[in-house]
Order: sequence, then C-alpha cells, then structure tokens
Amino acid sequence: MIKIIVGRLLQLIPVLWIILTLTFFMSKEVPGGPFSAERQATPEVIARLNAYYGLDKPLWEQYLGYLGKLARFDLGPSYTYQSESVNEVIARSFPISLQIGTLAFCIAAVFGITAGVIAAANKNRLWDYLPMSFSMLGICLPTFVLGPILALLFGLVLRLAPVSGWHGLNYVPFHPMIMPAVTLGLFYAAYIARLTRGGMLDILSQDFIRTARAKGVPDHQIILKHALRGGLLPVVAFLGPAFAGLLSGSFVVEKVFNVPGIGQEFIKSVFNRDYPLVLGTVAFFGILIVVFNLASDILQALMDPKSRK
Amino acid sequence: MKNLFLAVTLALCVGIGWFWVRRGTLTENGYSLTLREANEHKILLITVGSEPRTLDPQEAQGVTEHHIVMAMIEGLVAPGIDGESKVVPGMADRWEHNEDYSVWTFHLGERRKWSDGEPVKAGDFVFSYKRMLTPSFGAQYAENLFILKGAEDYYSGKITDFDQVGVKALDDRTLRIDLVGPTPYLLSLVQHDSWLPVCPTAILKFGNIDTRDSKWTRAENYVGNGPFKMKSWHPNDVIEVVRNPLYWDAASVKLNGINFYSIENLNTQERAFQAGQLHKTDQVPLDKVPYYRRTHPELLRIDPYEGVYFYRINVVRKPLDNPKIRLALNLAVDREAIVKNILREDQKPATGYTPPGMGEYEPLNKITYDPARARQLLAEAGYPNGKGFPRFIIHFNTLESHRAIAEAIQQMWKEELNINVALENQEWKVYLDTQNNKNYDLSRSAWIGDFMDPVTFLSMWTTGNGNNNTNWGNPKFDALIEQAARTGDPAHRFQILHDAEDLFLSDLPIVLVYWYTNAYLLQPSVQNWNPLVLGNHNYKFIDLKSERELAK
Amino acid sequence: MNSATPGATTSIEPASVRIDHLEQGTSLWKDAWYRLKKNHVALFGLCAFCSVAILCLIGPYFTGRTYEQTEIGLKASSPMESIFLKTEAFKGGESKRSFVALSNLEDEFLDKTKSDRKDIVEKLARGGAYREGKITYEPSARRYLFGTDPLGRDLLTRVLIGGRISLAVGFAATLVSICIGALWGATAGFVGGKIDSAMMRFADVLYALPFTVIVILLMVMFGRNFILLFVAIGAVEWLTMARIVRGQIISLKNQEFIEAAISLGLPGHRILFGHLIPNVLGPIIIYATLTFPQVMLLEAVLSFLGLGVQPPLSSWGVLIDEGSRTMETSIWLLVCPAFFFSLTLFSLNFLGDGLRDALDPKSSKD
Repeated sequence: MIKIIVGRLLQLIPVLWIILTLTFFMSKEVPGGPFSAERQATPEVIARLNAYYGLDKPLWEQYLGYLGKLARFDLGPSYTYQSESVNEVIARSFPISLQIGTLAFCIAAVFGITAGVIAAANKNRLWDYLPMSFSMLGICLPTFVLGPILALLFGLVLRLAPVSGWHGLNYVPFHPMIMPAVTLGLFYAAYIARLTRGGMLDILSQDFIRTARAKGVPDHQIILKHALRGGLLPVVAFLGPAFAGLLSGSFVVEKVFNVPGIGQEFIKSVFNRDYPLVLGTVAFFGILIVVFNLASDILQALMDPKSRK
Repeated sequence: MKNLFLAVTLALCVGIGWFWVRRGTLTENGYSLTLREANEHKILLITVGSEPRTLDPQEAQGVTEHHIVMAMIEGLVAPGIDGESKVVPGMADRWEHNEDYSVWTFHLGERRKWSDGEPVKAGDFVFSYKRMLTPSFGAQYAENLFILKGAEDYYSGKITDFDQVGVKALDDRTLRIDLVGPTPYLLSLVQHDSWLPVCPTAILKFGNIDTRDSKWTRAENYVGNGPFKMKSWHPNDVIEVVRNPLYWDAASVKLNGINFYSIENLNTQERAFQAGQLHKTDQVPLDKVPYYRRTHPELLRIDPYEGVYFYRINVVRKPLDNPKIRLALNLAVDREAIVKNILREDQKPATGYTPPGMGEYEPLNKITYDPARARQLLAEAGYPNGKGFPRFIIHFNTLESHRAIAEAIQQMWKEELNINVALENQEWKVYLDTQNNKNYDLSRSAWIGDFMDPVTFLSMWTTGNGNNNTNWGNPKFDALIEQAARTGDPAHRFQILHDAEDLFLSDLPIVLVYWYTNAYLLQPSVQNWNPLVLGNHNYKFIDLKSERELAK
Repeated sequence: MNSATPGATTSIEPASVRIDHLEQGTSLWKDAWYRLKKNHVALFGLCAFCSVAILCLIGPYFTGRTYEQTEIGLKASSPMESIFLKTEAFKGGESKRSFVALSNLEDEFLDKTKSDRKDIVEKLARGGAYREGKITYEPSARRYLFGTDPLGRDLLTRVLIGGRISLAVGFAATLVSICIGALWGATAGFVGGKIDSAMMRFADVLYALPFTVIVILLMVMFGRNFILLFVAIGAVEWLTMARIVRGQIISLKNQEFIEAAISLGLPGHRILFGHLIPNVLGPIIIYATLTFPQVMLLEAVLSFLGLGVQPPLSSWGVLIDEGSRTMETSIWLLVCPAFFFSLTLFSLNFLGDGLRDALDPKSSKD
C-alpha cells in the first residue's frame, strides 16, 4: 500500500510539470497584459514595466526562469498585490478557505449521506421523495442565489451572522465562516445525496443483501454494515475532486460574503493577468487535486467489498 | 434511519431556537451595534470598492488607491471641506506664483513631520518627483510631471542631472517649481497621487529609488505625513488607519480612525450598510436607487462627479468614417430615457463632452435627441431609412449596466434609424486590448477627470494620443490644445479650450451618452461629508456624531 | 459480506442474453419502457420535461412579444401590473408613445408635491386620463404575465427563448460529457495498470488547468461560436463522470460473472460494452442528471467571459444570475427563470431515477 502511495505521489511531479507548462504558455497567449488599464500608460512606460518584471524576455527564457524559481519553492511576486509575493498570498488566504471548506465538507457529507441513505432505504415512498426534493433545492438554488438569500435571512432579518468580512468579527454569534460554509455545503450535499441514493440502490438489489435479508438481519444493520460500504463508492469517487474544490474556495461565495479566501484568487489572477499568481494558484490546486484523488482512490479500494480478496 | 433524520432535524431546530433566544441579548453586544460603537469611538467604516493594489502613491493608478492614500499622505495642499478647488494648507502653509502661473514657490509649514518623527523637508518633494521621473521605476503616471521644466528630458534620458529639472529645494522649507508653461490649475494637480510626497528614508530602507513593490507599503513599515497612519492591512478585507499624533494639524482631526473595507460586490456593500457594518458604501446597486429614493431618501446621496460615459467610434471603418453618420448615431440616442429609466441616479444626458462642474468652464450644449434630423443625415449619407447600412458591433466589457445601455441604444438605432447593431461583451482586459488595438467598430468607454480642469478631458483627443484610440485626429484641435497650454489668462484659456471642444464635437469620434454622478449610501451620523466633484474628501474634516448628539 | 456472493452462471446469463436481445433491438428497451411506464413519478417527470421543452420551442411565437423589444419606460414592472400609456406630442404632429407601470407612475411627477402626486396616480388607477401640457397619460390594456425586465422586455418571452439555449446547451454538453466520461473511465478501469494511471493523471491535469484561461483563449482564437460552448463545457464536465465510472468498473471487474466472461475468452470490447457498462448505467444516469444543471449554469459563466450567448439574447443561467442581484426589489426576475429551471431539474431527476430503476439489470428479479 505504501509503495502505491509513494508511487502515486511521485506521479505528482510530472503531472504538476505538465499543468504548469500548459498554464504558463496559455496564460501568456491570452490578450492583455498585467499593466493594461483603461487609462493607458504610454508604450514606453509599459515597456519599462515589462522590462522591470522580466516580461520582455523571450518566452522560453521566462519559462526556464520560472521553473528555476519554482524548484526553490519561490512562486514569484504578485502583480495584483504589489507588496506581497505569491507565496504570501496563498499562505494568508488558504487557511481561511481551509476553514470554510472543511466545515462545508462536513455539512455536505453529513446531510448528503444521511439524506441519500434514508431515501434509498425508503425507495419510492414519502421518505424517499422528501429528502430528495430537499436536496434538489441545493441544485436548483445555485450558490449565487442561495448565498444572497442566506445573507438576507441570517444577516439582515435574524441578525445572527455578519453579511461581509472576516477579520475582527469573531465576537458575532455566527462566526463569519458559517454562512459561506453552509452555502457551499448545501450545494455539495445535494450531489452527495443523489449519488448516495443511486449507489445504495445498486447495492441493495444485490444478491448478498437479499441473502442477508432472508437470513433475518435487521434493516438498519444491513444498511450500515453491509450496504453502505459499496453504496458509497460513487460518492467517494466524486469526493476527491469535490474536496479539493471545496478547500480551494469558491469565487462566488467569497464575493457574496466578502471573505478573503483563496477561491477568488483563481479568477482574479486571470482577470488581472497576474501570471505568477495564476501559476501559483494552479500549482496549488494541482497538488490538492492529485492528493485528494489519490486519497479517494485508496478509500475506494479499501471500501470495495470485492476487491479486497 | 427515520429516527436519525428526525434527530438531525430536531437538533437543527433546537440550535436555531437557541440562537433565536440568545438574539435578545445579542443586540446588546453583538456586531449589530458596531455602528453605534463606531460612532462613540469615532471610527469611520467605509468601503472603497475593490482591493487596492498598492498604497505607494507613486505606483497607484486608481481612485480606490487614492482614497486610502489620502488618509495617510498629504500633498503640498489638501482639499478643502467643501470643494477640491478651495484648497487648504497641507505640507505648504503658503504659496505664491508669478504672473503667468509658470513659476510657483511653496513654503512648507512648521511641525510638518513624517509619522516616523522626521521632519518633512522640501528635499523630500524633490526626491519624490525624482523617483516618479526615474525611467527604470516605470511610474504609470510619470507623464503627469512632464509639465515640470526638463522633466520629459530627464525621463527620456536626454539629461541625467536631476538638478536641471524644474523642482528645487531652495532651503529645507522652500520648494520652487518651474513649469514649462502657464498652469493655473497646479493647486488641483498637486493633490493627485503622482504629486504626493513619499518618505525617502522609508523608501530607501527597503530598496533603491527605483525599486517597485518593495515592503515599505506594508502596515508595519508605512510612513506617511497625513492625518492618519496605517495600523493593519488585511488584503481583500480591511485596512485600518488610526489617528496620527505627529500630524501637524492633529488637533483638528476629528476621527480616531478609519476602516477601509474592500467590498467589490455592490449588493454585499448594500447589505453591509443595512446590517450596520458600514457608514458609507462606494456605490448603490442600480435597482436599489429608486427604493432608497422612495423609502430612505436621507440615506441616499447623489453627488456630481467628473466623468463622462461615451462610445468610441473607430473613424477609419466604413461607414463610420462619415461625420454625418457619426452625428446621426448621436442624434438618435435618447439620452434622457437612458438616464431616467436605466440608470436613475440623476446622471445628466451628455450634451457635450466635458462635464459640468469644472469651475468657470461652461459645458457645451451641442448634441441633443433629434431622431428626425438623424434620419435625414443618414439619408444624406446614402442610407435612406437605414437601407444597406452595414451591420456593426458595439464592444463592451461585461457589466450589467453596460449591457443594459448597449441593449437600449441598439433598440433606439433600430427603431429610429432602422439599422442593425450587434453587441459583444468581453472580459475586461480582452476588451482593453480590443480597444487599444483599435480592433472595434464602437467601443464602450468612459473618462474620469484627474483634476479640476477641462484639459484633463480634452488633451486625450490629440492626434495619436495613447488614450485617443479612435484613429481620429485633427491638426486644428491639436493646435488649440497646444495654444491653451501656453496661455496664462484663465478666461482666455477656457475660451480656447471651448473652441477645441466645439471642434471636437463637430467631428464626433464618439457617441455621447451621459455625465456621471456619484451615488452612494451614507449614514446620517457622518458629518461634513460634502459633495465634491472629484470625490476626494479630506478625512481630517470628517466627523461622526453619536445617536445622542444626533437626537439633539 | 463474503458469505453471499452471486453465482457466476446466474449472473452471466442475463447479461449475455441481454446483449443478444440488444442486437435484435428488442426486449431490454421494451422491458425498460414497460417498467418505466409503471413508475408514475418518472412518467410525470417525462411529461413535465417534454412540456417545458415544447413550451420553449413554440411558446415565444404565441406571447405576442419579442425577446429584444425594449420599452424602457416600463422598467421592471411586476407580473400583471397595471400599465399606462404616455403620449408625448411634438410639434409637427409627431407624437411619441411610451408605457409606464403603476409602481413607477409617481416618479413621473416628481416636480409635484406628494399629495398631488398621489391624487394623479389615484385618478389614473381608477381609469381616468391625465393631461399635462403636451403629455397625456391614460390607462392601457397591456399586461405582462410574468412582468418585464429592467429594460421593459417581456420576461416570459425572454425566459422561453432563454430556455431554448439552456436546454440545447444542457443536452448537448451533458451528452458529450457522458460519452467521453463513461468511455474514458470504463476503459481506464477495465484495462488498469499503467494505462489506467496515465489516463487518470491526464484527467487530473485537466482538472487543474484554469478554466477561465482556456475559455478566454478559445474565445479570442475562434470568436463567439456556439459550437465552442460545447467544446469548452464538454472539456471539463466529463472528468468526474470518468472517475465515478472507473471506480464502479474496478469494483465490477472483480465480480465472478466478469471473471467468468474473461475465462470464457470473450473479447475485451464485448466484455466492456456488453457486460460492464450496462451494469454502471445507474451511476451514469444519476450523474448525468447532476451534470445537466451544472452545464446550464456554466453557460452563464461563459457568457460573462464573452463566449456564451450574445445579448440581447439570454439564457436561464444568465437570467437567474441577473435576477439574483435584484431579488430584493423585483423578485419575479429571479422566480420566473428559477421556476422553469427547477421544474426542468426536478422532472429530469425523477425521470433519471425512474430510468435508473428501469435499466437496473438486477431489478428484473424484484
């Protein structure tokens, strides 16, 4: 097992290299530069700025220079946050997204799996339709709709949570991470609920469950002990990228609640043509994706009742 | 399983109920009291929109940055309490100029200190302007200083000795500025970021004179000379500034601190304002303006603002190269309807280019809504009833109001002139690229004034100017702008600029839309927040009244 | 758990029987259809989905209005709000007609005192006309079922037209993502080893590539193009599908009936298409119904970047996004598109669940 994990982690290096190379050349191909603005600076000024940041060198030279710095774990300066380096931007914004994402993940997993299992156990009865319809709300109300609704309800009507901001708001009843986490979590909960239900139904119709039923094993024991492991397989496959996505934040949610997480940097860096920040966040997300997909693959292997033979 | 679900639901209900019960006590010390507490402690809570990229005034480019920098760095003069043109002493406490406004002498006042305790010297200004003009520093606004004698030569490397540039410290407290021509509006100009001083010791501690993005702008390193100093900077969230005890006029500073929040989403700004987390928003969401006007007129503020919204026309593209067609397009736009029904923030239909409010400069009243004449012009140009008129495209950057205006204009042209226009939105930088490469037919544009003079609007239209971007040029227009730069008499100068604008509007490389206003929400507890056309408030005059005081 | 395992022969038989039937084009689908017909909820989903689709297709011809015709005096008028005709006479006999909604009527007379304003509005609301100089106001019979958007355009027509775009994008892009994702994941899972590893790392690379950059590049290189929409969306949406299918296939691969099929010497592609994929149809259908809304919303993001629909045309994603911003002042702008969006999703999900049940190879034994 350890050999597999180490092997997979070693694959991280070529994967990251491909990601960064592609991103590097693609982002340079995108029109507009970091210094273009509505009020155009003169071409001389732009040329000087490009020279200052080394953007006037041939692309391959810039590319090699970037890789060289990367080898020393230096992601370069940010053009958007002019007094910070990309390392610092990630270091300050990721912990915030990490908190929100972890809470959102817990909400999503608990609500999603519970709703899915209940629905599967009561297939095509009231207690199937009820939790499933509820979970559909999470899909029908995308985060940019649910976020403002929750902000209005809990922020302005009930006055339980701040509607904006992060620092210095620790004394309010709802910590500023709660509303963003709920918004994000409900969206993922809906997915998990539907996948759980589908997976559970597949398992529950298998022969070994029938046999167990025939033997008189109680329902809840069948579900919790026998069916859940196999039934959650599709969910676990989904959770790898989903968890990576949750931890790296969400542009929409961070803008709606004005939370200084890392999610907005993915989008803003591209809009600002902040090449080092684009590459830095992409590398960061690449690591998350590879690591969590690995974790999800391992979990799938462990959970599969058949593949353990 | 059912029981589990029930248990979770029950737990949720209990939880919500618990918070609901606690809510009664929360109003006593919860965040919803922030506003009252802020009033008591005299901390102003405002948002400036997006996150500033830097707080180095010489690298700053936008209004956002300027509004924060102003709290911490003061120029030679500062905006007055009720108008940027009525300046009050800043670092200089008196100043004089020669007859044609081309040589100015500023006398620095007493007790002018940097926040690290060092005195502010005239030499610091010389250092600052040298930094701005150092080519390798690459200041985007270096051009602003080219009115200094020799500045352009120094910048382009023709001279290497900065002593030959027209800014000199006669002694520690006297600064002499020699300009290439008469500049009656210099006092408005020196309030702009590019003319603000920076502390040489702070800069040189973290790099050379031409080091960009150095660590001096961080909260712990920042040195300013303004009424406030930086306490903390949490990017994308809040910048806290507190009273600067070393400020020369600290006694008249009324606030104890300001929190600048960066909130980009306008709806979030408005919610934060309603929740009592803000004294002032940056803007108001379009749909909320009528709501506040009807229900809370005391919270809604609409100030005049020096800006004009227009479409650039690429004048080399057929058939837009025909001035008659350009005029027809202008005449067929019902600006009144756009302003009244879509924007609803008391913007004025642009009848000329330079907006009103530029002191003695009268805005032109040349372009109105006249569809009949527009149709006639179109027919004269060879397209009676829009027949055979080629389809062209309006480019705009993605934003709701831009799209709404474009859609409305598209329909107006279709109805009045029977011509078909397509709309294409682009991401911001792609749009800029399209516009700068003149790769468009019509491109949404806007221009915000930097200082209080029509030249800030008109000079961009000279032939080949980097901000012209329409391929339009007229030697006569260039000559008039040049002539104005050499004229000292303010009245005569305005007359020349008036002629220039008139000429510009006869040729019309643009479609005029409207003149800006600045609409925002403001708590009544904020005092002395007067309407200013550039929106640059001198924070030392701002005060907060607690509810008790307001009740009186 | 190991105690109860299906017998190899009993499992392989239905599978191989089914594949024969498939080639004859008969019983599996007939069977499924038969089971689907018995599932009332799924049938309801099917009917609801078809009605929405038909409504979007032919509805705009019957609303009597176009999606682009602005009436900016109306602004955002609420559903069935009273509307008044305002006629402005110019010199030369020309006149200009525009419409004003009841809620905005007072703003027309801002120069008057509050009580005067009220009187005029009341008089008009009772059905009288009001004349002031060259301007006449009179009640009009015009009504909008779902109200109008901020430019005074009929919301119903816009939603129906937008539905065409959203449904088309949703269908095509979901189909693309199912095909690529299922094939990719099934192949990777079935073949295993180094090829599996390489294929899944390729998916990881695609996960991590910045979507915004790709979209902007596509737009700049090829311009605004409807086909590009599918390419851009299809390129990212199949990844999770592939992961899910791969996980299922690996789990199935070790089951006895597949091992039996392998030992019988069946060719790989027949095992894959004949035995493995039919057994993972359940998760594929479920995830497809989840991909559908994602794709529709993603289209709104692409529109923001300039690749999606071109204004004044709209789509559900864009309409919901706009509506969410004005939900406090004009809720119908959110509710109306969100209603159609939700109705579609609900019906699709019920239909998806029903299909899953109907196609479940094991459920025949129920």
